[in-house]
Amino acid sequence: MNNRVVSEKPQAVYFYGTCLIDLFYPQAGISAIELLRREGVSVIYPQSQTCCGQPAWNSGYRDEALAVARAQLALFPQPIPLVIPSASCAGMMKMHYPALFRDQSDEATALNVAGRVYELTAFLVDVLDIRLIDLGDPISVVVHTSCSARRELGVGDKLHTLLRQLHNVAILEPENSAECCGFGGTFAVKQPEISAAMALEKAAAVRATDAQRLVSQDCGCLMNIGGVMEKQDQVMPGRHIAELLWERTKN
Amino acid sequence: MNDARKSILDRLRLAQCSDSAFVKCDDQNDPVDPVLGPDERIDSFIDRMRAVRTEVHDAPHDSWLDILHGVCQARSLSNLLVSPHTRRGAMIYAAARRFPALKDYSQTIEDWKPELFAAVDAAVTSAYGGIAETGTVILWPDAHEPRAMSLVPPIHIVLLEKSRIYNSLTEAMQIQNWTLTGMPSNVILVSGPSKSADIEQTMTYGVHGPKELIVILV
Amino acid sequence: MSTEFRSNVAHALKRDAVQTHLKTVVDRLRAHRQGALGNDAAFERLRNRCEAIRADAIRRLPDLLQQFESKAQRNGIQVHWAETTLQANQIVLDIMQRHRATFLVKGKSMVSEEMGVNTFLQSHGIGCLETDLGEFIVQLAGEKPAHIIVPAIHKNRREVAHLIHRHFPGLPYSEDIETLAQSVRHFMRDKFRSAPVGLTGVNFMVAETGTLCLVENEGNGRMCSTLPPVHIAVTGIEKVIARLEDLPPLLNLLTRSATGQPVTAYVNMINSPRRPGDKDGPDEVHLILLDNGRSRIAGDPELLETLHCIRCGACINHCPVYRQIGGHAYGTVIPGPIGAILEPQKQGLDAAAGELPQASTLCGACAEVCPVRIPIPAIINRLRWESVRKNRQSQNSRPVVPGAGSGRKSLEALIWKIWAWCCTHPRMYNRMTKLATRLRNRLPADMGAWTAVRKAPKPAQSTLHERLRKMDIDHE
Repeated sequence: MNNRVVSEKPQAVYFYGTCLIDLFYPQAGISAIELLRREGVSVIYPQSQTCCGQPAWNSGYRDEALAVARAQLALFPQPIPLVIPSASCAGMMKMHYPALFRDQSDEATALNVAGRVYELTAFLVDVLDIRLIDLGDPISVVVHTSCSARRELGVGDKLHTLLRQLHNVAILEPENSAECCGFGGTFAVKQPEISAAMALEKAAAVRATDAQRLVSQDCGCLMNIGGVMEKQDQVMPGRHIAELLWERTKN
Repeated sequence: MNDARKSILDRLRLAQCSDSAFVKCDDQNDPVDPVLGPDERIDSFIDRMRAVRTEVHDAPHDSWLDILHGVCQARSLSNLLVSPHTRRGAMIYAAARRFPALKDYSQTIEDWKPELFAAVDAAVTSAYGGIAETGTVILWPDAHEPRAMSLVPPIHIVLLEKSRIYNSLTEAMQIQNWTLTGMPSNVILVSGPSKSADIEQTMTYGVHGPKELIVILV
Repeated sequence: MSTEFRSNVAHALKRDAVQTHLKTVVDRLRAHRQGALGNDAAFERLRNRCEAIRADAIRRLPDLLQQFESKAQRNGIQVHWAETTLQANQIVLDIMQRHRATFLVKGKSMVSEEMGVNTFLQSHGIGCLETDLGEFIVQLAGEKPAHIIVPAIHKNRREVAHLIHRHFPGLPYSEDIETLAQSVRHFMRDKFRSAPVGLTGVNFMVAETGTLCLVENEGNGRMCSTLPPVHIAVTGIEKVIARLEDLPPLLNLLTRSATGQPVTAYVNMINSPRRPGDKDGPDEVHLILLDNGRSRIAGDPELLETLHCIRCGACINHCPVYRQIGGHAYGTVIPGPIGAILEPQKQGLDAAAGELPQASTLCGACAEVCPVRIPIPAIINRLRWESVRKNRQSQNSRPVVPGAGSGRKSLEALIWKIWAWCCTHPRMYNRMTKLATRLRNRLPADMGAWTAVRKAPKPAQSTLHERLRKMDIDHE
């Protein structure tokens, strides 16, 4: 699915790091920015960004979600794309802001921002048409496509499109690859038993591939699946796709 | 329960005032159903019916009586429930010597339920039509060929005229004009013998209805 | 914290063998559907068409119900309306008593499960025999269906064999599925022959012709609606469709979505009771139209899509949560994603089913496979909001979901308030995240449920905000 809204390569983009990457996976954010800059796109990172509001939105706390989302809206005044290294957060802004801001005074602004949102891999493939040269040693990676990328945004294939450009990377799929890993944000807290059962099964499927790395476009999934494997002393480092791409293509 | 009726309808009418989501579909008149030529229709019908475990005989010329005879012999049927009042039924009765004992559903079900359940080996009915897309026979029960004929006996044999095989159910409904000419008490679409996958999603046949469905194309 | 649902789940997850069996069958159902989709574009066109048919039917529900009623009555079908399941049960009981009937044979019907008609009639000395193979197994086991299409999905053939053997000790023990099915066939034949009343559900009611349409494979539904002198059909008011020509696409989509079959063995179209000259068929056909909350759901422009459902079960088969916990854990008549949105709306968010909207990761698999494209995740989101919303009065005088606001807990609400305050005050947010990175080695390793199977995530050495401040990029 090609969902680009800009007709040519933009000179600058906003970068929305997401709270999870901010606190737990900053290297993924840095890598994503480096990839963008290498393509000649300058990156604007509004320092006042916090969270897209998704956790509250998915938990039914719409007032709180709205307040937090509203605080983000003001950060992207220029008519340039907004790139997000997470399908989950991009999905929140692109697909749910319109509902969250319905009948609000700033609905138009919200729709405007939502229309400019790109998930990182979709932006790299569809807008930048990025060409990658693999400089790394041979490696096998198992891919976990997040549900938001696969079903909400329909950009699940971009991760593969990017990885296929890396000639030394063997791509593996876990069994039952389309099944959710069981993270689900606050779901993991509210229904921990089900979440645990799903995470254990996903981790087992991932591990069964014997890959050297686990790759995803969403850090929530990585934290969930990786957390299980760590607890079981399984060594399979999880990498955000941006991190892997940058690691293997930088000079 | 007129009160219930009124309050349900009142609530629904009130609800209608709200601006409900309405999906407009432009595909409404798109030809979703495949359109096949007469021979392709027959081929598709046969393939589909066989895929759902139906024995299909494509009777050349006027050999359907021979085929029916063969079907009865192969199963050593001791009797056959068939109406003498249909055109082909009359032909079977005319050749009665070639067939097992012929029975007619001449009384109401109450008068012979035990026999119908215990002592009928197979029933022959006509079909009102066939559907190529799904491999289906359309049954249009009437006074001569009542509903239970295609349901209670363990073997159901259907005589279907090739010219009445339609592309799809939609086409059959339209060409046969079901809404205007009116339907009988019960219309049955049959695609194969009775079956169930209720245990372990494993298919087994002949659960409550006929164990075998045999279609003879005439 | 332990709710009824949570303890059901804990129980379900402990039963390894059942869980393994369930997953095998669910995966099989998924594969069957996948194999039956055929041409993508044609399938999507079919979905478009069916989505429009259902949306149109629900939009015109009162008109279509009245049209259906007058057609059906003209055909001789007796139409009854019930606001509640109790009323519906009472109507069934009245019919039974009028005919001095002491038992009935039942075809598979989720609305009859919703009514709890078996228990109700039993308390009045009337027996109900489930005749669908799966339903019969569940009835023998004294359980409830674990799935709307495959009621005994949770039982493997050995369990079924033991059940049959226990109830029919005269039969030789067998684990062969065909033998088991034939034993049931043999037992049921007598019942079909002698039953005074048959009760079934309905898949679609056609307003244009007054037709009741039943879809099945086994033939028991035909038996129940053909052989006994009285046929009672029970259904929800939402099952109506406008025209006969709406039926073929819906049948096509229903069977393929449900079990991956291109067609079911039988499509049973009932137009009337026995007419003069007919030699069989019931003398009386009764249809009971059950509301039980549906007309209230129809009043909300977002929630009414719940009523578009054609009960194919595809969302259940594709739900990762259902796949783990099975149907019984939901504690409702209808499990899975559709149950998680329908049952709380019917029973109220303050009932046990009120927790079901939490039983979802919002992964979207249900919406992806729903043949009529019900936006289940969006409705789950809406119900989560309804559950914790402050103002219990509805806006725009829409009917509120019963029990709205009952899930609001002051501690949780406070946490979200603090969270929102932090996230709307970037300086505070940055101070908190920075603090977390500095304490990364001193954070508790035990984070409750999360760390039961996972290691606690460790904050990075410094945040992205901090690192980027050192890079030469524009920060606006």
